[in-house]
Amino acid sequence: MIRASNLSKFYGGKRALGPVSFEIADGETVGFLGLNGAGKTTALRILACDLRPSAGTIEVGGFDAVAEPHEVRKRIGFLPENPPLYADMIVTDYLRFSGELRGMTKPEVKRRMPEILEITDLTDVANDQISTLSHGYRQRVGVAQAIVHDPKFLILDEPTRGLDPVQIVEMRNLIHDLKQNHTVLISSHILTEISQTCDRLLVLGRGKILGAGREQDLATSETEIRQVTVVVRSPGGDDPRGQIRTVLAAVDGVKAIADPYEQGGGMAFALETAKDCRAEVSRAVVTAKLDLLKLDYARSELENTFIRLVGGADASN
Amino acid sequence: MRATSIIYRRELGTYLRSPYGWVIAAVLLLLFGLLFQGFAMSGEMLSAYVLERFFYVASGIPLVGGVLLSFRLLSEERQNHSMVLLNTSPVRDSEIVLGKFLAALTFLAIVLVLSVYMPILIKVNGKITTAQVVVGYFGMLLLGAATLAIGLFASAMTRQQLIAAVVAAALVVVMCFIHLLGSKVDPPLKDVLEQIDLWWVHYQYGFMKGILHLKDVIFYVAATYFFLLLSIKTLEAKRWQ
Repeated sequence: MIRASNLSKFYGGKRALGPVSFEIADGETVGFLGLNGAGKTTALRILACDLRPSAGTIEVGGFDAVAEPHEVRKRIGFLPENPPLYADMIVTDYLRFSGELRGMTKPEVKRRMPEILEITDLTDVANDQISTLSHGYRQRVGVAQAIVHDPKFLILDEPTRGLDPVQIVEMRNLIHDLKQNHTVLISSHILTEISQTCDRLLVLGRGKILGAGREQDLATSETEIRQVTVVVRSPGGDDPRGQIRTVLAAVDGVKAIADPYEQGGGMAFALETAKDCRAEVSRAVVTAKLDLLKLDYARSELENTFIRLVGGADASN
Repeated sequence: MRATSIIYRRELGTYLRSPYGWVIAAVLLLLFGLLFQGFAMSGEMLSAYVLERFFYVASGIPLVGGVLLSFRLLSEERQNHSMVLLNTSPVRDSEIVLGKFLAALTFLAIVLVLSVYMPILIKVNGKITTAQVVVGYFGMLLLGAATLAIGLFASAMTRQQLIAAVVAAALVVVMCFIHLLGSKVDPPLKDVLEQIDLWWVHYQYGFMKGILHLKDVIFYVAATYFFLLLSIKTLEAKRWQ
């Protein structure tokens, strides 16, 4: 269990984080989502005992991170934005060094090594010097050093940063495997990465938590954006804009209608709705003796939720 | 102290594996070998005096080598982001500093040992005692330890390696010639400045001549301890920032 209470961090007089409070249960995979400068890295560095909070308390696995940082450090694996690598070392030597630093004995590291190389798919480059590895492999070595001592908590700060699409998929699969045995905290500003990997989200903006919960929970709040796009044509070929707008505005649940535009031989209307009212819209269009060419429905996805939450934070500041 | 040993092995491995350490060793040995040939071996002199001049010239190895081997020890870790690994591991700051210091001292000792052919040449061709050689090398090792500690302190202060190198070099130069300032002021400040001189007072009047003064040994040990302590405190202050 990770428990943060009124956690704040100031750099000089500038507030970088907080006050924020949150709890993360054992076995959860939690995503810290936010724009650059939202306080994600600051929060994760505090959790990893790399940064002392200016105020508040943080408890990791039952230990106070400020009072007993070494106890917390033993239980945490941390991959910062820039993997902490020694370019002159070969991969296995580096992992051995990382493991021993975290309190493992030489035989323990030796036993663990094949497993770590297999999990992180580093077997092929195990005897290569780190300076010769590609960015993707370096990132994997960074993950390997974070899990070499089999920590209970795994903190990954922007794990897919700078990776190409193939490497991103590989990293995502790796994180998915790690979820089975670790409590994982991931930060990212890439929404798809977070949505596909995490059980729960903490949306950060300007150092504060703007939203917390599962993706569905965040998306089904009262202010969720649902959008129905309907493409309509008048059988007579005349301009149906005024007529259709009136018809659609009368449909129950339609909150707003955007300016129409031409699409596929008809006029497309984007409707902002309070519920899924495709049936009502189609009925209204047909009843008005118009041709219904296309009907699309989009529920508020994470991206919309994120923009709404972050936009709200910006507006309130 | 387990972590000290782990960090010591990694750091010494870096010196031995990479060209960095060996290039420093080669350049220092070449430079001071040439200086020894030109400065200490010029003209006819008593062999004991030749050895004294050798130790005068060779003291540049621990002074210059000490700075070159130490300025990057912590600043490079910060610059390359590898410091995070140490910071987020259950390792004390004193263990980090000590591990790095001992590794640099070991490598410096290796370089000093590689220069031993020069006193051997003097011994073969003249009359000097082994004790004089041993005392001189012991002095150079102590001088190197103090210089490394100063360099480590400079390295702990900044992530910029160049700044760390300049600060380390400046501190060492000031500490080597601070007795000159002592001659311009009145006691008791004069005595204090003369007694904290790193090279002139404690090395040239003692170890260089083959004389072992306990006060000189205590001075170097104290100076090394003082700057290592400063390094640890600086690292502690920066670790959580």
